[in-house]
Amino acid sequence: MARARRIATIASAAALAVVLAGCAANSGSSGDTGSGGPSKVDVPEVTTLPVPPNAVKPAGNGQAQCAPTTTIAFAGAQSGANAQLGINILNGAQLAVNQHNEANPNCQVQLKKFDTEGDPGKAPGIVTQLVSEPATIGALGLPFSGESKATGGIFEQAGLVHLTPSATNPSLTQNGWTTFFRALGNDSVQGPAAAKFITGTLGAKKVCVIQDDSDYGIGLATTTNEALGAVSADCQDKVTTGQKDFSTVANKVIAAKPDAVFFAGYYAEGAPLDQQLVTKGFTGAFVGPDGVKDDKFIQQAGDASNNAFFTCPCVPGELLPEFADAYKGVSGGGAPGTYSLEGYDSATILLAGIDSGITDRAGLLNWVKNYDADGFSKHFKWDGTGELAATTVYGYKVQAGKIVYVGTIG
Amino acid sequence: MPVAHEGRVPVISTILLAQGHDLLAQGPDWIKFDVAAFLGQFWSDTIDGLTYGAIYALVAMGYTMVYGVLQLINFAHSEVFIVGAYAVFFTLSALGFGTSAPNLSTAALVGDLVLAMLVAMLVSGLVAVLLERVAYRPLRRRNAPRLAFLITAIGASFAIQYAIFAWRGPNPEPAIIMFRPEPVFDIGGVIITSQQLVIFVAAIVLMIVTDQFVNRTRLGRGLRAVAQDPDTATLMGVNKERVIVLTFLIGGILAGAAALFYMMRVPAGAQFNGGFILGIKAFAAAVLGGIGNIRGALLGGLLLGVIGNYGATLFGNGQWIDVVAFVVLVAILMIRPTGILGESLGRARV
Repeated sequence: MARARRIATIASAAALAVVLAGCAANSGSSGDTGSGGPSKVDVPEVTTLPVPPNAVKPAGNGQAQCAPTTTIAFAGAQSGANAQLGINILNGAQLAVNQHNEANPNCQVQLKKFDTEGDPGKAPGIVTQLVSEPATIGALGLPFSGESKATGGIFEQAGLVHLTPSATNPSLTQNGWTTFFRALGNDSVQGPAAAKFITGTLGAKKVCVIQDDSDYGIGLATTTNEALGAVSADCQDKVTTGQKDFSTVANKVIAAKPDAVFFAGYYAEGAPLDQQLVTKGFTGAFVGPDGVKDDKFIQQAGDASNNAFFTCPCVPGELLPEFADAYKGVSGGGAPGTYSLEGYDSATILLAGIDSGITDRAGLLNWVKNYDADGFSKHFKWDGTGELAATTVYGYKVQAGKIVYVGTIG
Repeated sequence: MPVAHEGRVPVISTILLAQGHDLLAQGPDWIKFDVAAFLGQFWSDTIDGLTYGAIYALVAMGYTMVYGVLQLINFAHSEVFIVGAYAVFFTLSALGFGTSAPNLSTAALVGDLVLAMLVAMLVSGLVAVLLERVAYRPLRRRNAPRLAFLITAIGASFAIQYAIFAWRGPNPEPAIIMFRPEPVFDIGGVIITSQQLVIFVAAIVLMIVTDQFVNRTRLGRGLRAVAQDPDTATLMGVNKERVIVLTFLIGGILAGAAALFYMMRVPAGAQFNGGFILGIKAFAAAVLGGIGNIRGALLGGLLLGVIGNYGATLFGNGQWIDVVAFVVLVAILMIRPTGILGESLGRARV
């Protein structure tokens, strides 16, 4: 008897708690939870990208002649968890080679693919194999900074020129390698550009900078903070890889009432951070770098992601209709992804060299070193270290659950 | 832990390089005290700490009860928890929840959430019982040494993690937003939201119910008897095997409930290795309170939640949360090696 009563008491207490909890869920007044942030700045979507009139096309003049064994290689992730970026680049390169071979019946260049899985541990063995094939006179890759760091010396020793369409760690050009060329701006360009975007376009007077614990995040936060100066001096925080609960960070941001938050890191932490900030009542802008610019960010942050802007050294290739249409033929229907156009341009540079009559590695290396012409993504001319002389950073934002382009930002 | 970087945007890929924030390398100013922020955020940090701590505590119950009965640290309990998070994800997705808060009446919302909680409890409870059946019972039958159980637990943890990985891939599931938290109380500028209140109250109630169940029911008495002295309990007519299954079942049920509350706070929380860190923290909470002790798990969870938050704010950034929480854990264990409330599931007083 006594036991039955006790169980009944416990059960009703539990039921009460659930009901009470549920009522609380909806009964609150729809007031402002108190936050900083100005009225939203409207940054309109840009739906067109000017097509550079003088961009070098892979087709060339159609008169090229070369040995049938002439080969360029691509090394990068084609499988594994991080494969999408490598595939984007490979499809861009494949499109360039296809267009070249179609237009030049007397010069059929082969594109050899090597799968590194993006793994700095596996890449050296694979690259060693790549450089050992004498018919290969130029290479594309590697896409990631870690594997690039691990393999740059192998290319250098073999005297094989290689262009990376996506690795952005600034230190890659500080190793004395003469065969390494970067086809986009590095992270020390992105930080200042992001700062300019936040204070200029978004008009933020106060900014919180939050970094993760990766080399990428720490480096970007440093360059961004340097450019922001006093605007972000009072509001800094750090998070760890794999962190999911950002209460203290959110409390700090809410107390500081900034107009914008810049997160230097990847979307895995950026998405829950933005979601928890907005849940706490943050109404300003959330700005992230290319590590955050991904549809996964939108998925994982939910509708909170509507306050998000991204900076990226990547060109929105999908806005060049001719390129986008042709790309679909190679990718099996998919639209160009991040760094597809950079892959296309990089391959074009090598192909143009081959078309000019170059047949060996030394010649092609010299060709790239002295290259000075427009591509579809940008003007290509390198300095002595393998960095582009002039680089551009592009702005993106989330609009109605999609990432859209908002113009160049520096 | 094993693949912390899976599912990252690979773009810059410094992720593939060794990571780590070398605090000492940052020069003499690697540590600083932000007292103003600590005082300014004290109450909001406390409330958030209690909310998250309540989730730790619910998961810690599973560790502590299994330890109390079997002296086994069930490392696969974090996967029992994350399976619950997937159950919440699939249930609420099927009910039409998505990446923005649904437009539902209070009654419908409560109904949906209670349903999701029940499904998660059921799934997590079943997984916990299955785990016991498949991984631990055969060892018990053969009188395996305790180390074998421990290694099996770690193995089971990986097995479940990578089964989920093979099934759902490296990325977290899309966010499930259950409701927009609204302020319920505003005490002198300190706001308590509906979300915080729901999680805290419901978690505490569940733990009180469990505590009362163990202390006051016949099954609970059997459970305590087995914890105290399994052989004597068997002689007295307690079915030991049934008690063990019951222990795993209760732990799993509580982990399932915790999964719902966790998903309220972290809407994209369903990820194959998403339970790992939370599991470690919950285990630490159980040890802090006194492993084997149900009330200790509650106390330990709440303490670990708030202490981490205080530390993160005081030392100026979120990377300190775990450092501070675990330093405090070590300090307390030095003074009280059996945890704050002692290891006492087996004792009559509990």
